[in-house]
Amino acid sequence: MAFEDQRTTIYKINPEHPESETLPTLRTEELLLNMGPQHPSTHGVLKVILELEGERLVKSTPVMGYLHRGVEKLAEDGTYHQFIPHTDRLDYVCAMYNNFAYCRAVEKLLNLQVPERAEYLRTIVAEVQRIIGHQFWLSAQALDIGAMTVFFYCFRDREILLDWFDELCGARLTTSWYRIGGVERDLTPSLIGKLKQFLDYFPPKIDEYQVFLERNRIWLGRTKGVAVISAEDAVNFGLSGPVLRGSGVDYDLRKYEPYSAYPKCEFSVPVGKNGDTYDRYWIRVMELYESVKIIRQCLEQMQDGPIMADVPSVTLPPKERVFTNLEAMIQQFKLFSQGFDAPPGEIYCGTEAHKGELGFYIVSTGGGKPYRLKIRAPSFVHMGAFDHMARGYMISDACTIFGTYDVVMGECDR
Amino acid sequence: MHPLLQRIQQTFSVGVIGLAEWRGDMAVTVSRDKLHEVAQFLRNDPGMDFDYIVHVSSVDWPDDEERFEVVWEFYSIRKRHRIRLKTRVPESDCIVDSLTDLWKGADFMEREVFDMMGIRFRNHPDLRRILMPDDYTEGYPLRKDFPLRGKGWRDTFDFLDEVPR
Repeated sequence: MAFEDQRTTIYKINPEHPESETLPTLRTEELLLNMGPQHPSTHGVLKVILELEGERLVKSTPVMGYLHRGVEKLAEDGTYHQFIPHTDRLDYVCAMYNNFAYCRAVEKLLNLQVPERAEYLRTIVAEVQRIIGHQFWLSAQALDIGAMTVFFYCFRDREILLDWFDELCGARLTTSWYRIGGVERDLTPSLIGKLKQFLDYFPPKIDEYQVFLERNRIWLGRTKGVAVISAEDAVNFGLSGPVLRGSGVDYDLRKYEPYSAYPKCEFSVPVGKNGDTYDRYWIRVMELYESVKIIRQCLEQMQDGPIMADVPSVTLPPKERVFTNLEAMIQQFKLFSQGFDAPPGEIYCGTEAHKGELGFYIVSTGGGKPYRLKIRAPSFVHMGAFDHMARGYMISDACTIFGTYDVVMGECDR
Repeated sequence: MHPLLQRIQQTFSVGVIGLAEWRGDMAVTVSRDKLHEVAQFLRNDPGMDFDYIVHVSSVDWPDDEERFEVVWEFYSIRKRHRIRLKTRVPESDCIVDSLTDLWKGADFMEREVFDMMGIRFRNHPDLRRILMPDDYTEGYPLRKDFPLRGKGWRDTFDFLDEVPR
């Protein structure tokens, strides 16, 4: 590795220096530096203790847990439906995907079939969320590295989609739109029109983002060959999503274990080959184009139909009926306060969120509450590889590496 | 039975306690002393080839003789199958082999299990608390006997008497 070479040369130069004996003894010791928890590039509250040799990182120890709220403990105390809003607060910039992953896990536990239209709606909204997530990532990563303009351009377009979410479910970030067995409400003609308009508007804007970065010498210098991880190591560390695909492994659960409407759509999974920050950037930008493609196909293929599975013991009644029909109101009340009777057993269900594999491991002993719920958060797993990936790079590259994981501490600490 | 489970049963006639298949998920329960051996087989055998670690988790069953259950989940990227490896640990001797030598990703995940459930891992390179503070002494939050509202410092709060208007 490049770092090894440079380090050995530093050591070699000193003893062979003609004046080395006459020089006063230099005081050399490793420097410990606390980065965070209030550093702007740590995306929330993450502290990393950096051991430095000059300006190079010898060892870095992430200190996490500043945002630990005990979500897994809270899950054991509420019913399955009550946990959906908690999932919003995991990865708070991409709440829809957390809802999606959780609802899929519970549906797997119940062996519940979701109607076709609901599957399409879920896919559309999940891909819109993926676009938002990648825009947010691109703006934050560029900002960390020092390219501020991209931030404004990304946020301009992200705003359109957040307003779209606002119209869809009444919230911009903490959405809670997915329900066990379907979705909360259908897309209105106005929403479909706005989305189609956005799909025509957006691809040229992706090119625009790239104009700032593709030929920007500083961006290339700070991303190419930085934080390289080999495919074998990336798999061994359990990395997923763009971080793993950047190293040339095409692991994408949308293709490996197809779910929802993804098998009915044609799209490709971009895969890098160098395993550096630039490849991971490239993959995310390419995924923006793929998401547009998927949404377009879903909008074309989608047929009219129910948006919620019809299993009254589990799924919620339509909202209109809750306000007009006594039985529906009782059903809704009982489902939220007591929950449904889940079969005893245990399942794991992973979903490809834009950060990586977001999985839920649920142990049920029957009854309305999960006995144990474990969240497999990609950010947490990625932080496990931080020391390995940062070793030998400069302090300023530490910011790049936080960025390249797309780490969100709400999800990491849970 | 799934051929993978059959193969595991044939290879380990002694260590494997239970095999299960439910909702398409496969689970193998092994005795604690055979854990590392089975894990090594899962990792290195060409027919198994579980190269990817998904998560490490733990479940507390306070009424059972062997109270804790430690759960590893693996995936094979080349073979595209998934398996869950489980073992039970009694409360009096809460220690189990670490699998960090086989999957480096197990490092942080096992630390989390230690932090939340108090299960120790033998040969783990750096077994410290990860989400809770290092000096946290109030126990292990995900155990079933740990109250949801937490314990310790909240009990020391003084409540103000209602001020008469």
